[in-house]
Amino acid sequence: MSRKLNTDLLIILIAVPILWFAPSGLKSYGLYVVSLWLVMSIAAMGLNLTLGYAGLTSLAQGAFLGIGAYATAILTVKAGWPLPAAFLVSTGLSFLVGVVLGFPALRVKHHYLAFVTLAFSVVVFLVARNEQWLTGGVYGLANIPRPVLFGTDLGGGLAFYRTVLVVTLALTLVMWWLLHSPWGRAFQALRENPLRAASLGVDIRAYTLLAFAIGSAFGGAAGSLYAPLVEFIDPAPFALSASFVLLLTVVAGGAGSFFGPFVGAFFSYMLPELLRATGGWYLIIYAAVVLVLVMVSPTGLLGLIDRWRDHQSQRRAAAIRAAARPTLASADKPTLENQGAAP
Amino acid sequence: MDQFLQLIVAGLATGAIYALAAIGFTLVWQTSQTINFAQGEFVMLPAILVLTAAHLGLPMGVAFIVGSVAFVLLFGFGFKRFLVEPMQRHGVLPLAIATMALSVLIKEAAKNGFSAEAQPFPSLVPDGSVSVLGAAVSVRDIAIFVVAIAAILGLQAFITHTRTGRTMQATAQNPTVARILGVPVERMILLTFLINAALALIASYLISPVYLAKFSNGETIGLAAFIAAIVGGFNQIRGALAGGFLIGLIDNLAAAYVSSAYRTAVPLVVLVVVILVKPEGLLGRKEERTV
Repeated sequence: MSRKLNTDLLIILIAVPILWFAPSGLKSYGLYVVSLWLVMSIAAMGLNLTLGYAGLTSLAQGAFLGIGAYATAILTVKAGWPLPAAFLVSTGLSFLVGVVLGFPALRVKHHYLAFVTLAFSVVVFLVARNEQWLTGGVYGLANIPRPVLFGTDLGGGLAFYRTVLVVTLALTLVMWWLLHSPWGRAFQALRENPLRAASLGVDIRAYTLLAFAIGSAFGGAAGSLYAPLVEFIDPAPFALSASFVLLLTVVAGGAGSFFGPFVGAFFSYMLPELLRATGGWYLIIYAAVVLVLVMVSPTGLLGLIDRWRDHQSQRRAAAIRAAARPTLASADKPTLENQGAAP
Repeated sequence: MDQFLQLIVAGLATGAIYALAAIGFTLVWQTSQTINFAQGEFVMLPAILVLTAAHLGLPMGVAFIVGSVAFVLLFGFGFKRFLVEPMQRHGVLPLAIATMALSVLIKEAAKNGFSAEAQPFPSLVPDGSVSVLGAAVSVRDIAIFVVAIAAILGLQAFITHTRTGRTMQATAQNPTVARILGVPVERMILLTFLINAALALIASYLISPVYLAKFSNGETIGLAAFIAAIVGGFNQIRGALAGGFLIGLIDNLAAAYVSSAYRTAVPLVVLVVVILVKPEGLLGRKEERTV
């Protein structure tokens, strides 16, 4: 376990400088795509906590993305707040709404919970579309400002990307710390066997609510970065299908694996942008690929890699056994196999 | 009062459509623990297939047959054989997620392969209205209601009065025991998938003349079908039937008396209340939790 934990940190340590410098040559569209990838990774990371670690099926992450994005847009555009303050408030708000949504999770599990959260998603979407005085309705909210920190303008494509990267790094470390704290263990106990967890003294109520709330807070944080990234928001990107795609993202990457969300988000948000050249067909290709992936490996892409690695080590072991066999066999009498092997 | 009566009839008509979709949903859940998130797309698609066949130059009657057969083969047999069967051993959730991907796939394929715009669909019933107790009631609504009820009663008769139907019930209630008693369980499960496809087909042909054939129709219908199935009772056909009518009525009455902007939200509130107060549904049986 402890070796695994160090590998996670090592990967972060190697990845961050690469991600800091590598996109510097990209044009604004390229920077937008990599920024989107990071933002969606944050949202997926939150859902991965709720679904992958705590085992609570939520179809509301798209709604939390929307709550974060709208809260940030309203606070910055209408109230004139600076972005960092709006970010904190949006994240906090999502946390609180997450606690409230967590209450149904105390009563129902699995598909029932999926349906409750699905209902919540639809309601959030309806509010965003209908409450024009607050959200701008279908016309949306425009001119969402990008951040200025201590007099430095972070609004340029690259500067904003790096801001997003720093926030992503911070949230990734928070998540890492969380998962390796006793809380993280408790979340997993919740997923594996709630009754046993309860009998061992884990406060199921508190941890279920927390798993939901923290996952939602990550969704809100992602939304709060999404709003200045796209600079214009309307209800469409936060419809129910957004929650479906986020769930597929987590599962495609590998639910319950630490870097799964990043792999999944690459797959769900960057790949479609690369496939945009295919016209309207990219979503079809995407859905078909996810369908095949889920069928081939329900543990996601990282699960596929794990399986491949297992397979490789098995083959290696088999090769070692095969290499050892002639020496063992030669002590006895020559067999067909080592006759064939020796020239 | 006139308006109220019209709303009730319209509500019963939409409710009958929801009930068709919800019953199929429940059947498939009972026999194979499949939560089909693509159920709405199943109701959207047959009409699109028929129109596609018609666009290819087939006469309308033939197009209906071609579309129906293609749909039942693909999403009755094919769905069971190539998606549900291989996924089943992984459990309920991965299978549900696979159906989510399938729903995106069907929707996008219909949008790109057919049309992004709503297309008119031929109605089998003439337009018009008759006067019932002084209120003008749409003939189409009555026809939808009658056809859907006939289909549901036929299904109910099949399930309770034929040998095959009762074996199907046995499979749904306890597959292990059914298998021991010599029931061809796999064939029975396949049968429920075929029935599900047939119900979706009927719902599609009934509703498409009213709402036009459009790739995004499945979202509303699918949502209503889930809600109907859960509110009524996930494990009961009569539950799904009652749930369908209840949601259809609530939907239409809410649009008129609460707020047309939030008409979708009202059934959702009902759903959440039912799940929190009586998760097994209004007519459902309790499923025990195992340690």
